[in-house]
Amino acid sequence: MSSARATALSNNGNAPQSTPAQAGPEPMRGARILLECLIEEGADTIFGYPGGAVLHVYDELAKMRGRIRHVLVRHEQGAVHAAEGYARSTGRVGVAMVTSGPGATNTVTGLANAYMDSTPIVVISGQVPTHLIGNDAFQEADVVGITRPCTKYNYLVRDVHELATIVKEAFYLARSGRPGPVLIDLPKDVSAQSCVFSYPSKVDLPSYKPSLRGHPLQVRRAVELMTKTQKAVLYVGGGVVASDGAAELLMLAEKLNLPVTPTLMGLGAFPSGHELCLGMLGMHGTYAANMAMAKAELVVAIGARFDDRVTGKLEEFAKYATIVHVDVDPASVNKNVKVDVPIVGDAKSVLEQMLEVVPDAPPPARESWWSTLRAWQRDYPLTYRSREGVIMPQALMRMLAEITRGEAICATDVGQHQMWAAQYYPVRHGRSWLTSGGLGTMGYGLPAAMGAAFAHPRRTVLLVTGDGSFQMTLQELATCVAENLDVKVVIMNNGCLGMVRQWQELFYSRRYSEVGMRYFPDFVKLAEAYGAKGLRATKPEELRAVLEEGFATPGVVVMDVIVSEEENVYPMIPAGAAHYEIVMAPEEGAAAPEPRELA
Amino acid sequence: MKQRHVLSVLVENRFGELARVVGLFSGRGFNIDSLAVNVTLDPAFSKIVLTTRGSDAFIEQIVKQLRKLIRVKKVVELSDDRAIERELCIVTVQAAGPSARQEVERLVTLTGARVIAFAPAAFTVEASATSQEIDRFLELLRPLGIRDMVRSAPIAIARPGLETAGESVPPLGGVA
Repeated sequence: MSSARATALSNNGNAPQSTPAQAGPEPMRGARILLECLIEEGADTIFGYPGGAVLHVYDELAKMRGRIRHVLVRHEQGAVHAAEGYARSTGRVGVAMVTSGPGATNTVTGLANAYMDSTPIVVISGQVPTHLIGNDAFQEADVVGITRPCTKYNYLVRDVHELATIVKEAFYLARSGRPGPVLIDLPKDVSAQSCVFSYPSKVDLPSYKPSLRGHPLQVRRAVELMTKTQKAVLYVGGGVVASDGAAELLMLAEKLNLPVTPTLMGLGAFPSGHELCLGMLGMHGTYAANMAMAKAELVVAIGARFDDRVTGKLEEFAKYATIVHVDVDPASVNKNVKVDVPIVGDAKSVLEQMLEVVPDAPPPARESWWSTLRAWQRDYPLTYRSREGVIMPQALMRMLAEITRGEAICATDVGQHQMWAAQYYPVRHGRSWLTSGGLGTMGYGLPAAMGAAFAHPRRTVLLVTGDGSFQMTLQELATCVAENLDVKVVIMNNGCLGMVRQWQELFYSRRYSEVGMRYFPDFVKLAEAYGAKGLRATKPEELRAVLEEGFATPGVVVMDVIVSEEENVYPMIPAGAAHYEIVMAPEEGAAAPEPRELA
Repeated sequence: MKQRHVLSVLVENRFGELARVVGLFSGRGFNIDSLAVNVTLDPAFSKIVLTTRGSDAFIEQIVKQLRKLIRVKKVVELSDDRAIERELCIVTVQAAGPSARQEVERLVTLTGARVIAFAPAAFTVEASATSQEIDRFLELLRPLGIRDMVRSAPIAIARPGLETAGESVPPLGGVA
């Protein structure tokens, strides 16, 4: 594929050819062109870290103060998660910029995270000069090769004339269809080459045509099924949030009196606390939500992808149900679960199409279905047992919900605290819940919260983290303090890697293996060392005062909340079990569930 | 269960795109049995013809993943009798002495192969046929003594009049 390739590229690039200097615009360096392109795309913030291969770009950046903001992070992983937090909380494409070699390899976790959670970001990595590529040059890595399986697309820029077209395409690819991360690898010499800059007005991607609208006949079929089937449930995921379809979803659910269960990534797609909301679905979802899926005759999945943490045992998943699946990504349809009515399209657009054909009639009563659902909700609510003199993590979450009135942008890390936050924090709006769902990246939380805080200076940004996750990227505290951000960090400190400990307790006969950290820093002093405010609550009676003081203090506040070490997250569907095998929290005075060995 | 499948992938002719196609297989722990790539009549596009083995569900998923690639324009399956398949084989056989030489010539005529080079004690023969026919051809030559052999990946094309064959594979309703 080589001889014709050059022709293809030159035919394809509608980048301007440099013309003899007459009148007309002056040529500019690739480094400058890159930044002009970012501004054209409406990017106002770059999260980045300089280095040798991007020196030209940072040199141009220094001349452009006031036109685009650069945030100097403390680690490249933080730059990517910050871009993700920015993107998820705004719907705009997040931008990160790093140098070659280690700078670029440090972005891999963030790219993989954004790929799994369909977050639109563009990462620009410097690369060694083209004549050194493949020579084991200083700070060289095959970044296009390394990131190929964890990006939606990636580019190696070989000529400055291609650059503007590539940036244009990168932003378009990142935000259109199923959104995702795109990487642009920019060799140092290309950023030094000059050409006349003109930004292309449209992209030309002959093989990429994501479908937005669903097939009208399939949409009609889906609506008929929703109207006729008594025991129906809407299972909604991150696609509804990503397409800003929450208002349409609410209208559809109300018009058809349908119960709704959001996934972890779908929190905020439907208002928590709404009477039609059954709570979260999946491994640590509510009893009512999981049983609704197990017993439903119709499951309508919208912008969700039948992840194994949601389906549990596939053979038992929604066994009695006809399945409608709305997804913008055709490859997600029929991947894990056989679908009866596939609809390929953007969640919001398809919801609008559904609303157009919903019959103008009073909503179906679904009396027996709702009475079953209400009984499940009443008999098996989210519960926990309080322990004397110890702060319970669930009580902490309830108090956080109360103090922030559920209006904060809530970011989490990964582990037990993430599940308690998902269960107890009432996310009422789309784009107000930032969590690492697909990849499960510990260390996502602080930089993601930081990215959101840049985009939403007037909103409360709450990070719920754990003592394990927090230590993975806590150096971004320095960035938060340096930038005068308002981020409230609540560490659910149980002194161990709680979720791993929970699995070892329940499935490995309590053989605890490397889950206690033995030493961890004094987080209050650590906050102070970073110039942030540090507070600690160790007893239930101290909790309210600490939280109130923390949220009343402007700037970065770290609240170290010492919580029960042995508390487990319930309900729990053990991995590979069916929804109806859900394990509830042990009753008052009852023994803990018998440990069972994993096969 | 694990049937052989021939997939024809029309992809924009750019560096790195072949790696994306191949990566979809290697990343899932699946083998590509054979692979042929060349430009199409439109030099902006290349056609990749590859053969692999897998369950119907795997093939459905891999076809969708291939179609999802940004620079892939079209993916069709060319496995059944609606398609024609050819593979090229070049083989050097021993032919020392008149009777051996006569035997090679006889087999070559019989099978429609062609002698493309010769030396005093060996002939190099080319054959173009389906993979199974090539297998049988090599079995015929084996007793004479095969010195060296190389086979290309099979390439495939839809039969005339059936050019849209395979486009609906895998079946998936509702993809407008």
